[in-house]
Amino acid sequence: MNAALLVILFFLGLCIWLGLQARKGKEMTIEQWSVGGRGFGSLLMFFLLAGEMFTTYTFLGASGGTYRSGMPPAIYAFNCFYFVIAYWLLPPIWKYAKENKVLSQSDFYEKKYKSQALGILVGIISVVAVIPYLVMQLKGLGIIVSEASYGSISPHMAIVVAVIAVTVYVTVSGMHGAAWTAIVKDILILAVMVFMGYYFPFHYYGGIEPMFEAIDTAKSGFLLFPKQGLSISWFVSATIMTALAFYMFPHMMAGIFSAKSGKSLRINAGVMPIYQIIIVFSLIIGFSGVLQVPDLKGPNTDLALFKMAKLSFDPWFVGVIGAAGAMAALIPSSLVLTAVSTILSKNIYKAWKPNTTDQQLAKLTKRLVPVIALVTLFFTFNGGESILTLYLMSYSFMVQLFPALFFSLWKRNPVTVQGAIAGMIVGSIIVIYSTLTEMSLATVFPSFPNVIKDLDLGLAVLMINIAVTLGVSVITKKPVARADKDTNISNLA
Amino acid sequence: MKKVFLLTLIPALGSLFVINRVEPYIFGLPFVLFWSICWVGLTSLFLIIANKLDPANKEEEEL
Repeated sequence: MNAALLVILFFLGLCIWLGLQARKGKEMTIEQWSVGGRGFGSLLMFFLLAGEMFTTYTFLGASGGTYRSGMPPAIYAFNCFYFVIAYWLLPPIWKYAKENKVLSQSDFYEKKYKSQALGILVGIISVVAVIPYLVMQLKGLGIIVSEASYGSISPHMAIVVAVIAVTVYVTVSGMHGAAWTAIVKDILILAVMVFMGYYFPFHYYGGIEPMFEAIDTAKSGFLLFPKQGLSISWFVSATIMTALAFYMFPHMMAGIFSAKSGKSLRINAGVMPIYQIIIVFSLIIGFSGVLQVPDLKGPNTDLALFKMAKLSFDPWFVGVIGAAGAMAALIPSSLVLTAVSTILSKNIYKAWKPNTTDQQLAKLTKRLVPVIALVTLFFTFNGGESILTLYLMSYSFMVQLFPALFFSLWKRNPVTVQGAIAGMIVGSIIVIYSTLTEMSLATVFPSFPNVIKDLDLGLAVLMINIAVTLGVSVITKKPVARADKDTNISNLA
Repeated sequence: MKKVFLLTLIPALGSLFVINRVEPYIFGLPFVLFWSICWVGLTSLFLIIANKLDPANKEEEEL
């Protein structure tokens, strides 16, 4: 048992304790469990949404991407577009959810369009998209803990222990557990990242500017957007696509529902970008590895951060980094578990057996947590490459839910149930087909200029989806007559 | 409401506008990176101001 391992175990224990603690003084109705009783103010929302946003990606993905491909993924990581979208989109969603007691993302569609079928379709699309996301978080966690413990714990072992821990506190405390553990995680990550992002360039290169100059000399063009491939056109389209898809994820929506007021969501949109500064440090860590640990290849590039850390620090500090990384995977996982079990029980089971009482539903939702955890574990250990393929699809999938949501917030919704369903199905099928055949705009239109070829495919599919949604809606007419008052989003139209 | 909308439009467009050059270095950062980090800060600033002016906050209080 080494020092690193002790540190990781300590923080794991702290997480479980806080997660269990979080339910104190609250009667765990399904509304408390799934969306924290809609009582989270600005501060707790900040930690909760940051908890969803800063995942293993911030930790390994952003630094690894930068290490691998230089500036484009680095700048893509900021995505200020998220927050502008959040400012306009989230308060009206929250408001409708509160007025209509919406508990899950499928609920939202089901109630807006008064169609159980649409609710089920949304439920299926999001479960298919989000399970691979969960699997990737767990795989990341396995790698992080195993690296940080200097191999004394196998990735499998780490994943099993982590899943048991999450299952316990999610079952007991639901959304409350996720929010409180998010606070510890955010503080720890902030401290660790800022320290390393400052330390590496000064220790190895004598400063930040000398580091970038050295990289620029050694690898010309590494610090710029290239003319093709990860070009500016890729950056703009991928940024927009990701931002639109981001809030469609079931666990993000559940997070939004937990807010106390629309104002707390708007304040959050303004404050969250400051938190993005943490990513700057992650990028600098990635850049610092370029010349120091130049030999990482393929998936190992995501370990750039750990290679640098082991090269530079004592085991106990590597343990702290490992703990921060493990929590970066645990918190989003706990949110996903909460959201997915709510959808499965409320939108799918209840559709099948409509006379389930609220108490039975609450019980069932909690019992589903270990079941989903087991299914995820199975895929984590047996999924292989197909999981990665599904994961790459997850954002493109989620963005297909955007048109129906967006139009439903208009004062007069131009979209019919049939339109919404047709758009989602057509969009999803194209996403599956294009991912399986590795299609991109470059393969479909090889003679087009790079500006078009580099566009993100998800965004292109979204356009088709919107066209289908509106087209079918015009044909099926009989608009869903809903006059939603005070819907901010209508001003965008 | 229009004013608020325009305020939020500025960071949305600004952050997507890339100035693709390494030099000059500012605070040790390549220009393209520094420029984007600036927009992170500006996004925050614009959204906070927008929220202060947003009539939606008043409407909510009246509810």
